[in-house]
Formats: sequence, C-alpha cells, structure tokens
Amino acid sequence: MTATAVLVVLAAGTYALKSAAPLLLGGRELPWLARLGALLPAGLLAALVVVSTFSQGHALHADARAIGLAAAAVALVARAPFWAVVLVAVAVTALARAI
Amino acid sequence: MRDGQPDPRRGIRRQALSLALAVAPFGLAFGVASTQAGLSWVQASGFSVLVFAGSAQFAAVEILGRGGSAAAAIAAGLLLNVRSLAFGLVMAPSLEGPRWKRAVWSQLMIDESTAVGSAQASPRWRRYGFVYTGVAIFIAWNISTAVGAVALGSSSTLITRAGIDAAVPAAFLALLWPRLASPDQRAVALGGAVAALALVPVAPAGVPVIAGGAVALAVAAWERR
Repeated sequence: MTATAVLVVLAAGTYALKSAAPLLLGGRELPWLARLGALLPAGLLAALVVVSTFSQGHALHADARAIGLAAAAVALVARAPFWAVVLVAVAVTALARAI
Repeated sequence: MRDGQPDPRRGIRRQALSLALAVAPFGLAFGVASTQAGLSWVQASGFSVLVFAGSAQFAAVEILGRGGSAAAAIAAGLLLNVRSLAFGLVMAPSLEGPRWKRAVWSQLMIDESTAVGSAQASPRWRRYGFVYTGVAIFIAWNISTAVGAVALGSSSTLITRAGIDAAVPAAFLALLWPRLASPDQRAVALGGAVAALALVPVAPAGVPVIAGGAVALAVAAWERR
C-alpha cells in the first residue's frame, strides 16, 4: 500500500520535473538549477552508498558487502563498464561469505 | 549527407544500444531490490514504467525496504530528480513539435538520453539522439526490471549466499562515480556520506539519505551568497 502510494506520487512529481521545461519553460537559462542538478545526486548517492552498505536498522555495522563494495571501487578505478562493476561486487561478496 | 554533414544516425544508434545494454544489469538489480523490499513485480514494473529514473527508483525502494516513511522515500527520489528539470532546459529548444509529442518525450528525460541528444550538432539530430536513446533504454530498463523481480527476486537465502544483496550498494557507487568529477562534487559526496552515517543511529530510516541531499543544498546556497 505504502509502496503504491510512493510509486504514484514519485511518478507524478518526477514527470512534473521532467516535463516542466519542454511543456512550459522552453530553453530558459537557469544556471543555479544546473548547479543543484550536479550537486544533489552527489550528496544523495554518496549517502545511499554508505547507508546501504554500513547500516542495519539503527546500528552501524560492516559485513561481506563492504568487501564487495571495495572491489566495485577498484573496478570503477580500472574503468570497468557498469555491468562488470556490479558483477565484481556480487562475486567478491559471495566469495567473502563462502570463506 | 545533403548538407555535407555526415549522417549521425549510425553513431547515435550504436551509442543508444550500448547504453541500453549497460542499464540492463541495473534493471535486474532494481527488480531484485524491489522484491527484497517487499514490493510485488507489478509495483516494481510500475516504478520502471511510470517513474523511469534509475537512481530515484533505487533510492525510494531502498528507503521503503528499511521501513522508512513514504515521505522520506518520495523526498529522496524527487531530490535526485531535480536534475531532470535541468536536463529539460538543455533539451527543450530541440524538442519542437505538437504538445502531445513533447509530453511523451518528457518521460524520456534521463541522464543518458540527454547526454546523447545534447552531443549532436543540429536540433534535428539532438532530438533524434534524445528520443532514440530514451526509447532504447526505456525498453531495456523495463524488460530487465521485470526479469529481476519475477525470476531472481524470489529466494532470499539464495540472494544472500550469492552476494546479490551487494548489487544495490555497488549500483549506487557506480551511479555516484561519474558525479565525482569536480572538487565540489567530491566534497558534497564526502559530506553527505559522513552526515548520513552520523544520523543512522538516531534518525528514522530514510532521513540519513535525505541528509546527503541537505549537504548538497547547503553547499549550493553557500556558493550563491
């Protein structure tokens, strides 16, 4: 139920953001908006990386996924394509759990 | 070839198809993550059709899976999508046509379609690159979401043992990576990560993620003084 409500509101809000310029604003120059568009994902995605890796409920903890994440970072430094990055993280995490 | 410019269609199609292949693993991971968060495959596919914005979908589902509030999930998703408003401003001059067409094209306003579209030389090919890439990714993203949710999302012990639960953090990291190009982006990312971890023990689920966005807003406001 909650998920469906989130789906509907997020879809409507996202569509409003996507369509505002093509339908209403045209190609106006709003440089501060481009700044926000560059900075917001950096902050939010970094928060998502650490929260999804290092927390369980309200506790901070590290498990095999942290090793998988480190391997993913190495793959990104080596300019691996996205699918390979995810695959490396999955394989290394599975390996760390098996050991 | 008429105007002496080489026809960019082949290059555009090749780029679009390789990008569509590249998002497929993320779609799979999103399908699996949705099922793990307790969503049905219909809900997972609903996100991929109606929201169609990868990082926002992941963020909302991640927060829901942790028992975060609907408001936190929606706020995180919408903050991630503020950039699609900026993309719209870049693409709007090239998206000329009847209103219903512009309304349909708007749904394709994502990172990849804007990147391919805005790289073309003339408005006609900017529109072509944008629409072709957007449609290719829409198809790949939705097929892979459905496959992930239906085929891979069922067994949670298998998911843990095979390390598939590491796919979501890795996907977030891979989405973050290209956004660390400038020093201020790196500073915001570091600040966002620290703020989020500091809030995990005390704040309700979902709020630590929003704190990452708050750091970005604070830096942007400080720059504008």
